[in-house]
Formats: sequence, C-alpha cells, structure tokens
Amino acid sequence: MKYKSQAVAKPYFIAAMGLFVAQILFGLIMGLQYVIGDFLFPHIPFNVARMVHTNALIVWLLMGFMGSAYYLVPEEAETELHSPKLALILFWIFLVAAALTVIGYLAVPYATLAKITGNDLLPTMGREFLEQPTITKIGIVIVALGFLYNLSMTFLKGRKTAIASVLMLGLWGLAIFFLFSFYNPHNLVKDKFYWWWVVHLWVEGVWELILGAILAFVLIKVTGVDREVIEKWLYVIITLALVSGMVGTGHHYFWIGAPEFWQWWGSIFSALEPVPFFAMTLFAFNMVNRRRREHPNRAATLWALGTGVMAFLGAGVWGFLHTLAPVNFYTHGSQITAAHGHMAFYGAYVMVVLTMISYAMPLMRGRAANSNKAQVVEMWAFWLMTVSMVFITLFLTAAGILQVWLQRVSDTPLSFMATQDQISLFYWMREAAGLVFLIGVVTYLVSFFIKGEERAA
Amino acid sequence: MDTTINPRPVSAGVEPHLHGDLAIWFFIIAELLAFGVFFVAYAVTRAFNVEAFNAAQAGLNLNLGALNTVLLISGSWCVVRSVQAARADLQVQAVRWMAVALACGVGFLIVKVIEYRAKFAAGLTMDTDTFHMFYFSLTFFHFMHVVLGVCVLTILLFKLRRGAYGSHDVHGLETGAAYWHMVDLAWIVLFPLVYVMR
Repeated sequence: MKYKSQAVAKPYFIAAMGLFVAQILFGLIMGLQYVIGDFLFPHIPFNVARMVHTNALIVWLLMGFMGSAYYLVPEEAETELHSPKLALILFWIFLVAAALTVIGYLAVPYATLAKITGNDLLPTMGREFLEQPTITKIGIVIVALGFLYNLSMTFLKGRKTAIASVLMLGLWGLAIFFLFSFYNPHNLVKDKFYWWWVVHLWVEGVWELILGAILAFVLIKVTGVDREVIEKWLYVIITLALVSGMVGTGHHYFWIGAPEFWQWWGSIFSALEPVPFFAMTLFAFNMVNRRRREHPNRAATLWALGTGVMAFLGAGVWGFLHTLAPVNFYTHGSQITAAHGHMAFYGAYVMVVLTMISYAMPLMRGRAANSNKAQVVEMWAFWLMTVSMVFITLFLTAAGILQVWLQRVSDTPLSFMATQDQISLFYWMREAAGLVFLIGVVTYLVSFFIKGEERAA
Repeated sequence: MDTTINPRPVSAGVEPHLHGDLAIWFFIIAELLAFGVFFVAYAVTRAFNVEAFNAAQAGLNLNLGALNTVLLISGSWCVVRSVQAARADLQVQAVRWMAVALACGVGFLIVKVIEYRAKFAAGLTMDTDTFHMFYFSLTFFHFMHVVLGVCVLTILLFKLRRGAYGSHDVHGLETGAAYWHMVDLAWIVLFPLVYVMR
C-alpha cells in the first residue's frame, strides 16, 4: 500500500463480504422455495427472499466498487485521498441504511414498508431491483455524491492516468443513471423504457468501465507489463463495450411497446456485446503470458484470469443465447434469463471485486501477498465457487429450455405452474450446486484467517 | 503478440507488417463485424420481401449515393497520397492531400444531410416500412462513422501541419488512415447493397 488513506477500502471490502454471505443464504432459501413452495412461509415469502438476494448483491457490489475506487484512485493519482474521514462517515451511513432497508424488507409487509417510508410523497418503489424505499434511494444518492466528490478531488489534484479516468467516468455514469430510478411515470411502457436506463446501462454500460479499469489496474500490478500497452487495450475494450452495450439496450425493448426497429437494433448490437468480453479474456491472458515479474500473489492473478473467462461466458455467450429477437420471443423471462443473470453477475462483477480484494487486502494488512497456505485455500474457494456457478448456470439453462418447450413451443402447452412441476429436478440440482457455492464462500472467508510464512510488502 | 508497434522507418518495408496500431485493427475488425451483421440481416430480410424492397428502393436518390461514393473513394485515395508524402518527408504535399481528404469527408456529410432532408420532407421514417428501417439504420450508423472519421482526419491534419509525422514516424498517421479506409470500405458495400442492387 503506497498511501495511508487507501486503507479506507478495508471496511468497504469487509462489509461487502458480509453482504455477499447474506446474498448467498437468501439465494439458497429461495432456491429451496422453488421446489418447496411454503418453506419458511409466512416469515420469509419468496418475493422478500428474492428482493434480499438481488438487493444484497447490488449493494455489496457497490461496496466493492467503492472500496476498489478508494484503493485505486489514490495510487493511480499518486496522492493521498482527499478526505479519508468523509469516506469512513459515508461507509457507516451506507452500511446502516442498507441494514435498515433489509430489516424493513424482512420485518413488515412490503406495502407497509412503502407506507412507513412515505412512498406516497415520491413513489419510486415496487419495481424489480429498485424496490428500495424512496428514502433509501435518496440516501444512496447522497452517499454517491459524497463518494464522487471525494474521489474527484483526489483525481483532480493528482496524476491523471487512463485507468483512473475510465474508472471515474464509470462511477459518475453509475450515479447519473441511478437518477432514473426516481422517474416513475404512470405509462407502463415509459416506466419500463427508463427503468432499463438504470438496470441495463449499469450492468452493460458504465459498470463495464469500472470492471475494465479495475482489471487493468490489477493486471499492471501483478504482471508488470507496460502501462501503455494495458491502457491501449483498456481503451479499445471500453469503446467496444459502450457502443455495443448502449445501443444493445434495445434487446429489452422488443416486447414492451417501444417502436419496432428496436428488434433490429437490439438484436444486432447486442449480438456484438460478447466482443468486448472476448477481448477482455484475450487481454488478461495475453498480459499474464507477457508478465515481467512473478508476483507473489498468485491468487489475485487467478481471479483476474477467471474474471475474463467467466465474464465472457456468462455475459457474452449466455447473453447471446437469448438476445436475438426471434429467439427471445420464446425465451423471454424464462429460466434461461436466470441462468444468464447468475453467471454474468458472478463472472463479471463478483469476480472483479474479489480480484481487487484478493490483490489489495494483503497489502492493507501489511504484506505483499498472503502465505502460500492461505493462497491455496483461496484458490480452492475460487474453483469451488466458479465450478458450482457453472453447474448452477447449466442446470438453469436446462430448466429454461425445458420450460420454454413445455410452456411456449409445445402444441399442448402447459400452464406456468404445471411446467414448474415438470422441471423441479433441475431446481433440486441447482440447489445442490448452490450449497457447493456456499461452501466456496465459506472457504474464501476462511482463507483470510490462515497464517503461515508471509512475504513483507 | 506485439501490441506496441514502434514507429518504423520507411526502409524496413521488406517484411510484411501491419500498418498502424494493432489496437485499431481489433477495432476495425469489430466495426466490420457490426456492419457485416447488419448487411446480412438486410440481405436475408430482403430475400423474403424482394418486391416490397425493390418498390421502396426505387425512391432512393441514386445520384446522391453515387456522388457520395466518389467522394469517399477519392477521400481514401487522398489519405493514401498523404501518408506516402509524409513517409517521403514531403510535408507540404502531405498536408494538402490530407486537407482534400477532409474536404471529401465533409462533402459526404453535406450530401447525406441533403438526402436525409428530402426523405424527412417526404414523411419517411424508420417506422415507414422494413426497407426504410434498414435504410435509415444502416446509413445513419455509417454517417456517425464518417463524423468520427472526419474528426480523426482533422486531428491528423493538425498534427501533419505541426510536422509530427515524417520518415521518422508515421505510426499515428497510418493508424488514423486505416480507420478512414474502413469507413470507406463499409460504404463501398453499403451503396450497392442498399441503393443499387435490385
């Protein structure tokens, strides 16, 4: 760690990991509810479990991005963080708000939560992924503004590298597109149209900038390859990602009442979305092959390579599977979407945050890398999580294909619930793979507490 | 793989090598892929609606399209001459050729705007029919590339005037030139496909 203030990243990473565990536990609960419908009912109904599962994911990834940015920007700018104190205050505000929101989800019915939090004054609740009470959303904006102020001041006073610029652009974009969560028109077509400006333009737009910047940063550190080379790749990748991803928003406009040309624009541009992810994989492997040093943190290198491959498979290949309008006509909102969602979020965003944590955490704890023993355990965690995620994806894909066939293609289509009964075997297998994933998460956490001979930073 | 192709002296032309930066070639491949997918989609859709497409296509202004083709091909040739002049350290010529190339690019944009205005005045939009959806999508997508290309040529022109390129270094110049040729190439396929072929 080059600058003392980079240490503010640590609480963010720890909180992120805590929420990660919560996310997985709720995932397992709802995974079980797919096959045992009244499991934990009425205490944790399916819709609440789902809300906690997805919201915890988003919040912990945001925590991870913030921690990564607090670590990355000072080092790239070669200066201390503008205000470490502000970063810590915002951390606690964010954490308490997130905790209160989750308690709200679990303690009272959603409609009551909406009433208590004054949703009537400015209605923003009740939409998938944007379920947070309006006051929580306002809190998120305040935290994001403080965070961006802090980092922008740091960025402006220091060295301006391409990596830091791309990261800042991504973070500002993240905050700006979140503002569309406050726009909640009565017209359902318009509502959905702009809802995607948050949801899609986050994960297939500005988040990719954050992903690219973090990956590039870690690759420079672990491979020692020239910054010029890495930055050039970064530029190409983010340009491709932005062009394909932004127009690719059209793949959400096929059936919601938007003009018909979106079926063409959406299909064609989103068919190109795998390209930047493929470039990212090439990039990561290429840089590691050309490495100029053997960095003692081999686990971080493994995470970085894994990010490239899994993001390409999950976001690229599994996204392409159902992105063309004629295919999506049948697969829309089926388990194929769930398969894609799981592997894409894991491969792109979970893994890049874990890459950064893997690289930065030992440095913040005063060593270049963890002991060999700890790294071996961490790599076990990598494989347990990654392989089980591959199986979760495959089982959900199988469930999805069967679902589409029975419910939508067949001459004698079954109802939704009758179809669900037919595919329950795959849900059971997904749940088993989910348990292995949990074991992977626990193994990962255990790796932080394993001692052994360490190399000084 | 060599991603940092250093400025090469002109004399080192014995072995075949990639002109311009490797990164731009990845970019060009991706761009051509985008155009390619669009072209294939057009061709396949047309194959199922030949008569409707032919009827709608008859409304296109072939002369303006042909004029634009001439402008782009001439522009590409001027860029080639500019690069050759720069390699031979003929700075004045290099600047002149680049200025003419830039004028061709700007000319293309003006002609295209005239063409679009006529279409809008006739009440045609992307929603008119499938042919016009493709016509507007493809030409506008290409139009945006020409806009970017014109920006690139402008930068190259200023750098040439400052003497940034010569026998010592044509790397950046060749990189920008490669992009401009791609814009040209895409139009050379687009024009016959959308305007001419019946």
